[in-house]
Amino acid sequence: MRIVVLVKQVPSTDKVKLDEKTGTMVRSAMEAELNPLDLYAVEEAVRIKEKTEGTEITVISMGPPNATYAIREAIAMGCDKGVLLSDSAFAGADTWATACTLSSGVKKLGEFDLIFSGERATDGETGQVGPSVAAQLDMPALTYVSKIREIGDGKIVVERAIEGGHEVVESSLPALLSVVKEINEPRMPNLTGKIRARKTEIIVMTAKEIGLDRSRTGLTGSPTRVVKIFYPSLSRNGIIVDGKDPEKTVEKLLQFLNDKAFI
Amino acid sequence: MKINEGKFQGVWTLGEQREGDISPVSYELLAWGRELADKRGTTLASVILGHNIKEKAESLIHHGADIVYVVDHPSLEHFTPDVHSNILEKLVREFMPEIFIASATTYGRTVMPVLAAKVETGLTADCTELDIEQDTGLLIQTRPAIGGNVMATIKTPEHRPQMSTVRPRSKKPLSKDESRKGKIVVKEYPDELYVSKVKFIEFIKDETIALPIQEADTIVSGGKGLKDAKNFKLLHELADLLNSSVGASRQAVDMGWIPYSHQVGLSGKTVSPRLYIAIGISGAVQHLAGMSSADVVVAINNDPDAGIFRVCDFGIVGDIFEILPVFIERLRERKTVNVKGGS
Repeated sequence: MRIVVLVKQVPSTDKVKLDEKTGTMVRSAMEAELNPLDLYAVEEAVRIKEKTEGTEITVISMGPPNATYAIREAIAMGCDKGVLLSDSAFAGADTWATACTLSSGVKKLGEFDLIFSGERATDGETGQVGPSVAAQLDMPALTYVSKIREIGDGKIVVERAIEGGHEVVESSLPALLSVVKEINEPRMPNLTGKIRARKTEIIVMTAKEIGLDRSRTGLTGSPTRVVKIFYPSLSRNGIIVDGKDPEKTVEKLLQFLNDKAFI
Repeated sequence: MKINEGKFQGVWTLGEQREGDISPVSYELLAWGRELADKRGTTLASVILGHNIKEKAESLIHHGADIVYVVDHPSLEHFTPDVHSNILEKLVREFMPEIFIASATTYGRTVMPVLAAKVETGLTADCTELDIEQDTGLLIQTRPAIGGNVMATIKTPEHRPQMSTVRPRSKKPLSKDESRKGKIVVKEYPDELYVSKVKFIEFIKDETIALPIQEADTIVSGGKGLKDAKNFKLLHELADLLNSSVGASRQAVDMGWIPYSHQVGLSGKTVSPRLYIAIGISGAVQHLAGMSSADVVVAINNDPDAGIFRVCDFGIVGDIFEILPVFIERLRERKTVNVKGGS
């Protein structure tokens, strides 16, 4: 089975802090990591590989030249190959242009049975790239997948975590799966994996090499434009009470909820 | 599609149905749509795909639509990404709306990116604010990113339709007006368009969820401070009394105290309830990212320095195991009194 995992390198989410003065969130721009929600996609692909002989997993990412870090993390967990789509022409891409770029990269690398993505990236938080890639490659977009029940014979049965429960669907392959955290517990890379990741050569491909027209990528190819960015303050100057006397405290809380018409 | 490919007009909303009933999010979306259509001086249409849904289409008009496009077919009873997006593509190419919005539900967030890829236009995810720019008439889309750290305002200048998904609960539905008149257009397509690569097998209802947290009015949320899975029972009791859903921090989910579908935060769900009660949650920024758009936040925690107290409207510094039972008891008494008073 041939599998692709689409990953993104994002600013490290553990480094986020609340700015004391402004009440806005600040994060160190220097630290980067593999999008935490992509770990579940990588893990699920590796689990299939462990059960299915002859499976090869290719990790693909679009990003600046230093985005090989995220790809190596995925390889350390058990993926085989890494491809970084990197070109100054890709800069500033919105989800549509990103999907064009990634799907061109996938096409260039050949035919695949399964494509995995995380539910969304923790920076942009759109969750749109996975389903868009599926559309570009004309395969079903199975989103919010929380379990793979069966796989084989050109088909897959999955559970999707949707509002109010889980929907079970069967799809033909190839298909794209965007997975949610519920699906598994990602492993920590072991030493062998880390060494392999360090030794594996990451293939870097440009717009030209994947046969992508520059008008369909980067800022030029993006239908949307960010026109303004602002930083909202999260701080609220709330009432803080001491809860030493539970009876009195609850009285105050009930009064507060009553004033706001909640009870 | 590019703006110069034809005359694009009208605002569209994507209706949602579940088992033949129109989902409430469809009405919230119409409230957004109505506002945009009025500002733009154009009509508002809603699209609904489903089975045995024709009879229900009228209610979309009662909630603000001028036109409803209905596609009613047995194979549309359940969501299939390919068939739903193929039909939406047909509709969009035929009627050429200028703006097309959907709810940022699992349905909207799946079918819209597929549709946007097919018709080659932009899509802005999970908007919390939509407006029409006065001089250009363009759709102004505002959305939080990086867990509410950053708000971005986004336009789609040259591609049509201008598409966005809108966060559920970001607007109240208009009140139902049964005297509103509108047009229902039933569209039919050749059978081959309904053939999907995806087959529905079954739906397993999650019995632990009152309402999915993304749709809940009130959320009672628990964290590490609850110390044990069995203490979530207190939270469920409180939730029942407040008619609310139960949320949780990442730690509580990671400990296996409650399923992932309840997780609020950067790696869980983003919620916008009217009331959010955080119990034993310290308030790491990753958690705050998922709940900071709640109207009112109440926090109970024994650590006076917990981050959650910075973002709450009412905070109690104290032992949750002393306060919760009293809180539950008082609410129960009030309920009994109210029931008696009402009889």
